[in-house]
Amino acid sequence: MARKGDSRRLAFLLGPTTLFLGFFFLGPLAVMVLYSFLEPGLYGGVEWNFYHWNYGRILGWADGEWEEFDLVYAKIFMRSVRLALMNVGITLLICYPAALWVRGLTARWRTLVVFMITLPFFVSLVVRLFCWVLILRPSGFLNSALLGLGLISEPIDIIFTETAVLIGMAYIFLPFMFLPIYASIEKLDHSLIEASSDLGGGPLQTFFRVTLPLTLPGILAGAVLVFIPSLGNFIVPDLLGGAKVMMIGNLVEQQFLSARNWPFGSALSVMIMLIMFVLIVLYLRRLGRSELVG
Amino acid sequence: MTEAATIAEVKAAVKHFAAPEGGVIRALDGLSLEIQHSQFVTLLGPSGCGKTTLLRAISGFEDLDAGEVRIAGEDMTAVPPHRRPVNTVFQNYALFPHLSVEDNVGYGLDVGRVARDERNQRVGEALERVGLGEFNRRKPGQLSGGQQQRVALARAIINRPKLLLLDEPLSALDRNLRQSMQLELKSLQHDLGICFLFVTHDQEEALTMSDQVIVLNKGRIEQIGPPERHYHKPVSRFVAEFIGDGALFTGRIQNDGGSPVLVTDDGLTFAVGDGARVGEMATLLLRPEHLEVAPETPDSSMGILEVSLEQSIFHGASRKFICRLPNGTSIAAMPTEMSSEALGRITPGERLHLAYRRDRPHLIPEPGDGA
Repeated sequence: MARKGDSRRLAFLLGPTTLFLGFFFLGPLAVMVLYSFLEPGLYGGVEWNFYHWNYGRILGWADGEWEEFDLVYAKIFMRSVRLALMNVGITLLICYPAALWVRGLTARWRTLVVFMITLPFFVSLVVRLFCWVLILRPSGFLNSALLGLGLISEPIDIIFTETAVLIGMAYIFLPFMFLPIYASIEKLDHSLIEASSDLGGGPLQTFFRVTLPLTLPGILAGAVLVFIPSLGNFIVPDLLGGAKVMMIGNLVEQQFLSARNWPFGSALSVMIMLIMFVLIVLYLRRLGRSELVG
Repeated sequence: MTEAATIAEVKAAVKHFAAPEGGVIRALDGLSLEIQHSQFVTLLGPSGCGKTTLLRAISGFEDLDAGEVRIAGEDMTAVPPHRRPVNTVFQNYALFPHLSVEDNVGYGLDVGRVARDERNQRVGEALERVGLGEFNRRKPGQLSGGQQQRVALARAIINRPKLLLLDEPLSALDRNLRQSMQLELKSLQHDLGICFLFVTHDQEEALTMSDQVIVLNKGRIEQIGPPERHYHKPVSRFVAEFIGDGALFTGRIQNDGGSPVLVTDDGLTFAVGDGARVGEMATLLLRPEHLEVAPETPDSSMGILEVSLEQSIFHGASRKFICRLPNGTSIAAMPTEMSSEALGRITPGERLHLAYRRDRPHLIPEPGDGA
């Protein structure tokens, strides 16, 4: 076990980080949890009373007195989870075949393609999303192209729909899905594929029995990396979804900045964290099992 | 041999690769080969001689630029690997890390949709055969190198292939384990009665196990035949150098008072067997066991070499002498007629005479020497 000198050195090395995280990460988090149980003040701010209706409101009951039972917030939660999951599915369907393709390239092309996939990070997110606004709006590039080709006779309404939000989110989160999947596919020992084929496994059997199970950790990592920021994202629904496609992120932003209901905003944030926490625990347990397997 | 006894056939196989430094590597250069049923055949050669390419051409992982691969009489050239009746033991074993030992071994049956009962029975048999019966629930990562080797073997024989390909499967094992696995492989091949095609660059391994050894060099077959013939009667300098110890001397055969001698460019003279044809160029292979310490009165059937002893190495039953010829060439001798003790009294630095029976060393004719 650790000797005395070891533990002193450990304290020296870990101390600053622990203090920093304690103050600047756990501190604000604690404030947030505390606020979520306080009564909102009439003109912003808080009343220092214990108040659980912030959470009741999320589940539909509001303060239990003068608001009617309405699932409006729960619906926003459901929509956010649904869109985030759909985003995971879309990015996975794009990235997995792409990663397989990149693996087959020569070393030089591989490096270049992987670099190009990370290239969008060099440009501001907001700028990139505004480009999508320009592409998707009724007089935008997409509609003029389709009109010009004669495929449609009237501009299609795509901006400010869930489709537009999904397009934008998939676009933003592609690298987060691609990189872990690519890492696991690149790590995959090609002789295992050959072994499967040698033993009589056709291409599909080889994929489902060898390639997919062995790259599952990469898929799961990508899924977490995409799901979490998608769930809390508010820029994409703000720019591409408008008022029609509101997600939890927008709701939280609204509560803090416009409605000035900090306790309710805090309760919403705590709920987001709870959802993510549950999912990550599930993920880690799944990963733990697959690590045992590998 | 009759057609039925031929299990695999390679005809005029050509495979070129682009070399990284430019140019072309001829991995297979018009190679033709027939492999007979239920034999242990070894492909032997230095790295880059094309042996792995040949193996992969037979298993289907390498497409030939030209030529044909036939297995059990059927043309397999365009058949994908998963439809060929051959199985491979890979160099790094290539066990599936996410599957248990049992599922690894049963993989070939699972993808072949063999009924559950039969599958379990055959997996059990295969594991028993390689002595891993109680390890069926483990993951490959929890096994030692030798055990992984056995799993790879069990997995490869479960489909009852017509031909089992083994790509340097013992190279990762330590020496003792390797030697016991050599014997096991040999007896497994005998029990199963299927043909093993074994790739190695280790000549000792090849000599130990094989019924037939195929020495490859630069994508071509240098010599094919039983291992004894490679050792005693190599057809070329390459084979002689590659298999076993020995010193090689190239020169022209001349007549020396009625008996032929080989005279090298730098003036060494070696008595050779009467079969040698005067006037031709040839290479003489002197193996250590050919050489004895010369008796006081050598007879005319012996060739004599005057050497100085450089090193005397104790080998238990015998001693190995590393000697130097007058022209500076090093030559090894392993005398067996004198006792190890008597040999021990000869000390390095001494001049001595080595003798060999003139018809014992093999004479390799030099190619392209028509005169």
